[in-house]
Amino acid sequence: MSNQVSGAQAFDKTQRAKIVFSDEALKTVQKIITRYPEGKHKSALLPVLHIAQAEFGGWLSPETMDYVASVLKIKPIEVFEVASFYSMYNLKPVGKCNLEVCRTSSCWSRGSEDIVKYLEKKLGVKVGETTSDGMFTIKTVECLGSCGGAPMLQCGSSFHENLTLEKVDTIVENYRMEGKQKSYTDLDYKNTL
Amino acid sequence: MGKKILLEHVNVPGINTLEVYRQNGGYASVEKSLKTMAPEVIVEEVKKSGLRGRGGAGFPTGMKWSFLAKPEGVERYLVVNADESEPGTFKDRYLMEKIPHILIEGMITSSFALGAKTSYIYIRGEYFYVARILEAAIEEAYAAGLLGKNILGTNFSHDVFVQIGAGAYICGEETALLESLEGKRGNPRIKPPFPAIAGLYGCPTVVNNVETIAAVPYIVMNGGDAYAKIGIGRSTGTKLISASGHINKPGVYEIEMGITVEDFIYSDEYCGGILNGKKLKAVVAGGSSVPILPAGFILTTEKGEPRLMTYESLSDGGFVSGTSMGSGGFIVYDETTSIVKNLYTFARFYHHESCGQCSPCREGTGWMEKILHRILEGHGKPSDIDLLWDIQRKIEGNTICPLGDAAAWPVASAIRHFRAEFEEYINHPERITDVKHLQELVS
Ligand SMILES: Cc1cc2nc3c(=O)[nH]c(=O)nc-3n(C[C@H](O)[C@H](O)[C@H](O)COP(=O)(O)O)c2cc1C
Ligand code: SF4
Ligand code: FES
Repeated sequence: MSNQVSGAQAFDKTQRAKIVFSDEALKTVQKIITRYPEGKHKSALLPVLHIAQAEFGGWLSPETMDYVASVLKIKPIEVFEVASFYSMYNLKPVGKCNLEVCRTSSCWSRGSEDIVKYLEKKLGVKVGETTSDGMFTIKTVECLGSCGGAPMLQCGSSFHENLTLEKVDTIVENYRMEGKQKSYTDLDYKNTL
Repeated sequence: MGKKILLEHVNVPGINTLEVYRQNGGYASVEKSLKTMAPEVIVEEVKKSGLRGRGGAGFPTGMKWSFLAKPEGVERYLVVNADESEPGTFKDRYLMEKIPHILIEGMITSSFALGAKTSYIYIRGEYFYVARILEAAIEEAYAAGLLGKNILGTNFSHDVFVQIGAGAYICGEETALLESLEGKRGNPRIKPPFPAIAGLYGCPTVVNNVETIAAVPYIVMNGGDAYAKIGIGRSTGTKLISASGHINKPGVYEIEMGITVEDFIYSDEYCGGILNGKKLKAVVAGGSSVPILPAGFILTTEKGEPRLMTYESLSDGGFVSGTSMGSGGFIVYDETTSIVKNLYTFARFYHHESCGQCSPCREGTGWMEKILHRILEGHGKPSDIDLLWDIQRKIEGNTICPLGDAAAWPVASAIRHFRAEFEEYINHPERITDVKHLQELVS
C-alpha cells in the first residue's frame, strides 16, 4: 500500500496528463459498468484493467492502477490486489509482442521445449526477457486451451498452433514487419458491448 | 457415426450467424419454452434427461437447478462457466467459436426455467477473440428480439453479458469465479453457503459449464426421455471430448457415451491411432486433475472388460485402477513419454495456479514441484518417492476448494502406476538421457 501511495506521489504532471482514458475507452468503460446492478460497479475491474493495459503501453504501472481506482471509485489497494493476482496483467513493462509459449502437458509432449529453445536462440534473450529493441518478450505460460493445436503460442489475442521451427520464423518475421504493440485487447476492445 | 446433438451442424457454412443457425432449427427451444412451458416443467425435463454437469464434477444438472433458492424479491442469476483452463480441455472454446448461438439459446431457455433476469458468461481472458464472437452473436440475438425486453412478445425479459477473466485457472472453480466476477481476486469461498443460496452478489445463482447449457435446447425440444435414451445408464447424452497428445487427429469430438476407449483412440472417426505408429503408454482421460492410467488399465477394467467412455466405466476400479471423466480432456502419451517429466508439468501448473489461501495446497504444490524438479535433474533421493506420496496425502481433503485434490491425484496415480520409472530416475539418472527405455519399466 505504501508503495502505491509513494508511486502515486512520484509521478509528475506530464505523466499524469498521459494517464487518462481516450474518449472511446471511457465510453466503453461506462458501457461495461451498466452490465452490473446498481452499486456493483467494482465488477468492471477486470475488463477495465484490460482496457487500461491496452491504452497505457501494455502494462499496469502504479499510476495506471491509481487512475483505474479513481475511475471506478474504489481504493487503489483493491486494484493492486486484483492486478497482482491475474497472470495476464503485466506489472512490469513488456515488449511490443509478448510471445507466450504454452509449456503444459499436451504442448510439452509435442515439443514446446524445442520451440522455447529455438525462440531464445533466434531472439538472443531468455524466457522472461525482452529484446533490446523492445520488440519481443518471450514468456512461458500454462495451458491456453489450445492443446489440440500443440505446440502453440499466443501473441496478443492470436493463437498460433501446430508450431514448427519454420512456422516460428514466419510468425516472428510477420510481427517484426507489423511492429505494433500486441495486447490481448488488440481485437478492438472499443467495440465491446 | 454416433448421434450428434451439439456439433450436428458444426460444418454448415455460416452456422456462427443467427440467420444460418435459425435455418437449421436454432432458437426453436426459446420459442417452445417461453410460449408453451412452465419453468418447473423445463426443470423436470432436465432432471429426466439425466444430464450431468460437463465442467468436471458431473453433478446432475436438474437437481442443481431444483436447489436454487427463490426468495421473493431477490434477483437470481445464471452464470456460465467458460473459464476452461483445465489442461487438456478445449471443447468449450471450440463450441463457442463455431456455434456461439447454441450457448445463447441454452442460456435464454435455462434462465427462463430458473427465473433469472440476467446471466453472465465468464470466459477466460486468453479467449478474448471468442468473447468477441459471443458478443457479436449476442448483438444479433438482441436485434432479433431474442434477448432484451419481452422476448418474442412474451413477458420474459433477459440480458446476457460476457465477462472476461484475466488468466487464473482457479477462477474455473465456481465460487472463485463469482469472486472474480465481482471484481476481486479469485479466492474460492468457504462452502456452505453454496451458490444456489448465496452466489453472485449474495443472490441465488446457478453456475453451469458451457457444454451443459448447450445441451438444454435439445432436451427442451425432444424431451428429457429422448436425451436419456442416448448413452448408457447414468451416463446419458453425448459428451464433447478434447483429444490431444500423441495421436494422429487431435481435436474436439462429440461422442455418444458408451463407445469403448479403444475405439476412441484407434478408430479413424476419432483420434485415428497413436502418432507415428508408436505404442500407447498412458492416458489422462479427463483433464490434468484426474488420475493418469497406463495403457493396460485405460483400455480394460480390472474385471477384464473393455473400458467405455462413460462416467461409470472410466471410474471403475476407483483410484486403484480407474480414473474419471472429469472435463473430457483426453491426453494420450506414446511409449517414449517420460511420466515423471509429464507429472512435473502438472505439478508446476498447480503450484502456479494455487490461490494460496490454504497452506496444504500453497506449500504442498510448491514442494511437489521442487521435489519432482530435483528428481528430473538427477538429484533425487530414494526417500523422495515416499515424501511425494506423503505430501499429496496431506493435501487431499484438507483444503477449501478441490484444487488441492486436483493437484494431489496426478501425483498419487503417477507413483502408483509408474513407480519403477521414478526409481530409475533416482537410482540411475545417467540412464535417463534416452527416455525410450522407460517403456520397459511400465508395470
Ligand atoms: C480448480 C477448479 C477448476 C475448475 N475449472 C472449471 C472450468 O474451467 N470450467 C468449468 O465449467 N468448471 C470448472 N470447475 C468446476 C466448477 O467448480 C463447477 O463445478 C462447474 O462449473 C459447474 O458446472 P456444471 O455442473 O455444468 O459442470 C473447476 C473446479 C475446480 C475445483
Ligand atoms: S485448495 Fe488451493 S486453490 Fe483452493 S482455496 Fe485452497 S489454496 Fe486456494
Ligand atoms: S497444454 Fe498447451 S494449450 Fe493446453
